[in-house]
Amino acid sequence: MNFKSIRTIIDKEWAEVFKNRMVLFTMIFMPLIFTVLPLVMLYFTGQEMGDMGGVGTADVPAEFLSACSSDMTGAECMQIYLVNQFLLLFMMMPVIIPVTIAAYSIVGEKTTHSLEPLLATPISTFELLLGKSLAASLPAIFVGWVSFGLFIAALPLLGVTKTVINYIAGPTWLLAIIIAGPLMAIASVNLTIFVSSRVNDPRTAEQISTLFLLPIFGLLFAQLAGVIVINVMVMLSFIGGMILVDIGMVYLGTSIFQRENILTRWK
Amino acid sequence: MIEAKALTKIFEIKKGDGIPAVVDLNLSIAQGEVFGFLGPNGAGKTTTVRMLTSLIGPTSGQAWVNGFEVGKEDQEIRRTVGVLTEHPGLYERLSAFKNLMIYANLHDVENTEKQVEKYLHMLGLWSRRDDPAGSFSKGMRQKLAIARALLHEPQVLFLDEPTSGLDPEAARLVRSFIEELGDQGRTIFLCTHNLNEADRLCNRIGIFKSRLIAVDTPANLRQEIYGRKVVFHLRTLDTAWRNLIENIEGVRDVQLVDQKLVVGMEDPESLNPKIIRLLVENGADLLFVGELRHSLEDIYLQTLEEEGEIKDEL
Repeated sequence: MNFKSIRTIIDKEWAEVFKNRMVLFTMIFMPLIFTVLPLVMLYFTGQEMGDMGGVGTADVPAEFLSACSSDMTGAECMQIYLVNQFLLLFMMMPVIIPVTIAAYSIVGEKTTHSLEPLLATPISTFELLLGKSLAASLPAIFVGWVSFGLFIAALPLLGVTKTVINYIAGPTWLLAIIIAGPLMAIASVNLTIFVSSRVNDPRTAEQISTLFLLPIFGLLFAQLAGVIVINVMVMLSFIGGMILVDIGMVYLGTSIFQRENILTRWK
Repeated sequence: MIEAKALTKIFEIKKGDGIPAVVDLNLSIAQGEVFGFLGPNGAGKTTTVRMLTSLIGPTSGQAWVNGFEVGKEDQEIRRTVGVLTEHPGLYERLSAFKNLMIYANLHDVENTEKQVEKYLHMLGLWSRRDDPAGSFSKGMRQKLAIARALLHEPQVLFLDEPTSGLDPEAARLVRSFIEELGDQGRTIFLCTHNLNEADRLCNRIGIFKSRLIAVDTPANLRQEIYGRKVVFHLRTLDTAWRNLIENIEGVRDVQLVDQKLVVGMEDPESLNPKIIRLLVENGADLLFVGELRHSLEDIYLQTLEEEGEIKDEL
């Protein structure tokens, strides 16, 4: 494997894609909104803590009580219940950002006919696909991690109690951000490659590829409906499922991303 | 340098049913040769280039480029050939310099920056090196794409329609650059619709429509199809002179056109003096004498027409 070629592809992708305002907007504003929203919620619920003195664990949906430890107050448990819904926003970042980058990078190459000269170089198909996948996934993973880091760093400043901070920086959230996020990024990039082979407009590719948000919405609604509580076990099961989805998606992506396919069958 | 044996590509539409794009192509192109590959749209020229540059695999047959076999040593082929694709396919948001740097790195060129600088200077793009390729004119884009194909100093170059859509001045610039490349001893496989360009640049020409119909030097193709013809421009025309000339041994045919005699013959160098003497002795006022040169376009259209007739008969 030639790492110089992979690095060149990543460098090229970033140089081109980050000149696109739509991509920049997605990369800057979406994480900003997704990070600020739970902070605002925590800030205001923190401010209302005095009024929430009377909130007891009985006020928290019964299904969620298992997520609260015995040393938590009712108000803290309620805060955790509320902030847990926002965990899913952090999980959306590695899906939305790489989809935007990959859609523009692959469909863009199709529309400008730049894939053929690229394929005529000695780079292997695997190196090219890996370079493109990394170029799309790395910023998303990085942005997701940085957003989460900023979120955690801002919590004490907003007067969030140590118990709540410990919960957020605990295994459920860390599994979601550190492992589930990158897995979702890989799946969404490969789905975008597949979709990109069939469409000629980056926005269409983007819209179809964001179908990967459905499992996250599924989790969100399941939690809101009280069907599940996102805890370590649920997150581990989700990660297990995503590994299987990734295997399928990488197979789909690599099978469609072949020189002959691209030149003769991509529409 | 380039060799193909029964190279065939059939694009499968559904199982057992396909469109033959290239059929049974046999070809041998020597080092340093500029080979013109002519054919109508959809003839399979681009498919042939894609097979020879290891971008797509053949359905059957074999081919070697630079001694490497297509389908077996694809990466080596791509490493040693330069390709100018039908569309320039540049990264429009990136500068000319950055566009070339990417390809220099992918080809693992030594002294990348110097090499990029060399070709930007050579093609007159140095002063625009920091401008986005998207702001370039069609001719400049084509020159940049040619520079990109040359960065790794390939000995074999595939140029697909290099002057297509260019204004006459830009086309002339590109053509003279191709001429220079040919003079450097590089092997050039030139796909073109521009028959004058092929006539001027190519040592040999292949006329192709899914299969190779004819291949030879432009001069030999002319002779093969039309034979050699000499035009005698006269002040006045006497039909009797036609019979006199027809009786000369070696003369194939004689036509009267306006005030001219068009004489078909195998060996004008030895027959022309005889004919001129005969015409003058018989009172003809001879104004000019010249060889009738059929354009490559005539040859091309005639060859394709004959091919069509053969197919119809079959």
